[in-house]
Amino acid sequence: MAFSLKEWVFTTDHKRIGVLYLIGALAAFAVAGIMAMLMRIELHSPGPDLTSNPNDYNVWLYFHGAAMILGFQIPALLGYLANYCVPLMIGARDVAFPRLNAFSVWLFFGGIVMALLTFVVPDPPDIMWTGYPPYSIKTAGNTAFYTFTVLLIGFSSILGGINFLTTVVYLRAPGLGWNQLNIFVWSIVAAFVIQLIFVPVLGVAVTMLSLDKYLGTHFFNPANGGDVLIYQNLFWFYSHPAVYVILLPFIGITFDIIATFARNRVFNYKAAVYGGIGGVLLLSGEVWVHHLYTAGMPDWLRLGQMVSTLLISVPVGLLMISLLGTLYRGSISFRTPNLYALAVNFTFLIGGLTGIPLAMAPLDLNLSDTYFIPGHFHYVMAVSGTFAIFGAIYYLFPKMTGRMYSEVLGWTGFILTFIGINLVFFPMMIAGLYGMPRRYFDYEQFPQVAGLQLFMSLGSVVILLGAIVILWSWIHGLLKGAKAPDNPWGSKSLEWTTQSPPPPGNWVEVPKLSPDWGPYAYGK
Amino acid sequence: MLRRFWWLLCLWCAPLQAAEPSDPARGWDRLWHEYLIDVGIIFVVFAALGAYFMLRYRRRLPDEVGDGPKLTPLACVAWAVIPAFVFIADDFYLAARSWQLWNVYRDVPADRLEVKLESAAWRWDFTYPNGVQVTNELRVPAGKPVMLRMTSADYVHSFYLPDFRVKEDSMPGRVTYLWFYPRNPGEYLATCAEFCGMMHSKMTGKVIAMPPGDFAAWYAEEEKKLAEAKAKKPGG
Repeated sequence: MAFSLKEWVFTTDHKRIGVLYLIGALAAFAVAGIMAMLMRIELHSPGPDLTSNPNDYNVWLYFHGAAMILGFQIPALLGYLANYCVPLMIGARDVAFPRLNAFSVWLFFGGIVMALLTFVVPDPPDIMWTGYPPYSIKTAGNTAFYTFTVLLIGFSSILGGINFLTTVVYLRAPGLGWNQLNIFVWSIVAAFVIQLIFVPVLGVAVTMLSLDKYLGTHFFNPANGGDVLIYQNLFWFYSHPAVYVILLPFIGITFDIIATFARNRVFNYKAAVYGGIGGVLLLSGEVWVHHLYTAGMPDWLRLGQMVSTLLISVPVGLLMISLLGTLYRGSISFRTPNLYALAVNFTFLIGGLTGIPLAMAPLDLNLSDTYFIPGHFHYVMAVSGTFAIFGAIYYLFPKMTGRMYSEVLGWTGFILTFIGINLVFFPMMIAGLYGMPRRYFDYEQFPQVAGLQLFMSLGSVVILLGAIVILWSWIHGLLKGAKAPDNPWGSKSLEWTTQSPPPPGNWVEVPKLSPDWGPYAYGK
Repeated sequence: MLRRFWWLLCLWCAPLQAAEPSDPARGWDRLWHEYLIDVGIIFVVFAALGAYFMLRYRRRLPDEVGDGPKLTPLACVAWAVIPAFVFIADDFYLAARSWQLWNVYRDVPADRLEVKLESAAWRWDFTYPNGVQVTNELRVPAGKPVMLRMTSADYVHSFYLPDFRVKEDSMPGRVTYLWFYPRNPGEYLATCAEFCGMMHSKMTGKVIAMPPGDFAAWYAEEEKKLAEAKAKKPGG
């Protein structure tokens, strides 16, 4: 099949749109990763190193955070994986609204371009991915680029939400009941419900920011009757649920990978779906105040949401039990996708447990905005999410490309990144316990963390090497990989019943499902 | 095995035997210790199970298929409800302990020194009850609780004293507070914890806890200087 640019640009095929999302997301990941390396070089010793202008550092940090969350994780999970997997997993020929789908991927690319303009304009945004006023309104940096990046990507995600909820409700293969869905499909449904409820709130918040800055309104200016905390509340009212928008799909795909490679039924499927995913969905909107423990909110609100935040451990605990239970009496094969999925269990366990003190309001009064926070959320969201995405890319590699990746390269990349992230993010939490605040260009007042900082910078080099090996393993697999069979993993899930790569329309004939069929119906 | 190492367990739990602390810093250290024990147990249980399953149930033959248990409806409910209750119990325990400590953080002792703090990019301006103003260097008497009532002239900042385990944002249009208990004389770092632009990482100050006598002398001296300056000022 000859490559035709026109076919890719004007495509409405969900698999190609998924791949386009993947390309955009990996581009964002690469640039945001370079920013991370620049920061690690800058921070390797106290005092200015790479640049003497703290604003440069602030712009790198802004881009790293905004691009990793808005440009990489959410689009990779809700754009790439949802697009590629959901129709195949539910036996649909495409999504419900293919042209709307094409529109949303190009909106997303618009958002990526808007974000990348950070490096072109003379006054790039320097407001962190949170964009708190009054700083974001008074800064000389161009806050509008932040606003419009969020609006474009958010709008794209709302369209995706409408599309995928409709798809899962109406386009399931005949006979495919709700309790036979892959857990990943369930997690996408829940994630898009969260997006549809909460993204508009973020849209409102960032729009008010630009109105305040450029059109002279006073939403956040106390001198004119506004309030600075309104923004923080609106922002976290979306942005904490956004963490679950990332969490649910990455746990969902982890379930699918582990069940496939353990060739085992998911332990207590209904508890994982209704208790785990449903519970997170239910609690997601009642926990945002834990980001404002130090912001002088009323005590009843801080303590109330301390309890609701701690209760998140219940659904998340059920998910963890189901994940571990799926290994029980399984037949576990340690192929590269499963290495990543198993590692997610480990990083997510550490990330989850280090989240508990941040839910406990008085402990958070010390830990908030220190290095403990980035250490924690890199474990729980950044690394766990990225490992799940990388695992999923390896998992779907034969299906997407029709070729196998090299297991040796896959293992090497995994081992390097797994060691690297622990070298970087565990010391980060220790530096937080020393009191080192985050978002510091320089840390001369904290000589006791200088050794840790150097250690983290060296660790980041290990991650970089791992990332290069991973990228190489994909390019190598794409160009030189052996031809992949239709179902290399022996999975029961529907996406493996078609050819590799699937033809337009996915199946010549959509498979007929019996009532006792299930995506995890291994064994007796 | 357990009998040989019981003393390790005692050592690990020893700080919990101390009396209930009455200031944020000590309370924080104690609750942190409890937290470490709590999650340490959870971590070991989950990690050990995961490691054991990975070893025990690794694939030995290429065509092998797992045969995980198919749960009865009762077992399904039990496997959801029992763990949920265990987690909820732990959550409520941690929440109750946090609430106790929260009250320590928020209830300021009556015999306190109350100082006003106004933050601005990138400095801390303190005003004492007698009108004396200082920037970045807060002198306080050791052995007396200190309360800061805070606001901000421009951006959101956050006044953070790592040694005293306290931090609270200061922001325009609102007044927030925190208190800390400098037991011993010494110099303690104060630093900004909320991103506030270019010099965020340089927005540092000091809390200097002085012996009470020295502080009283310094305080009276500064008050006198202030009065003299006011008297000299034309029209003042």
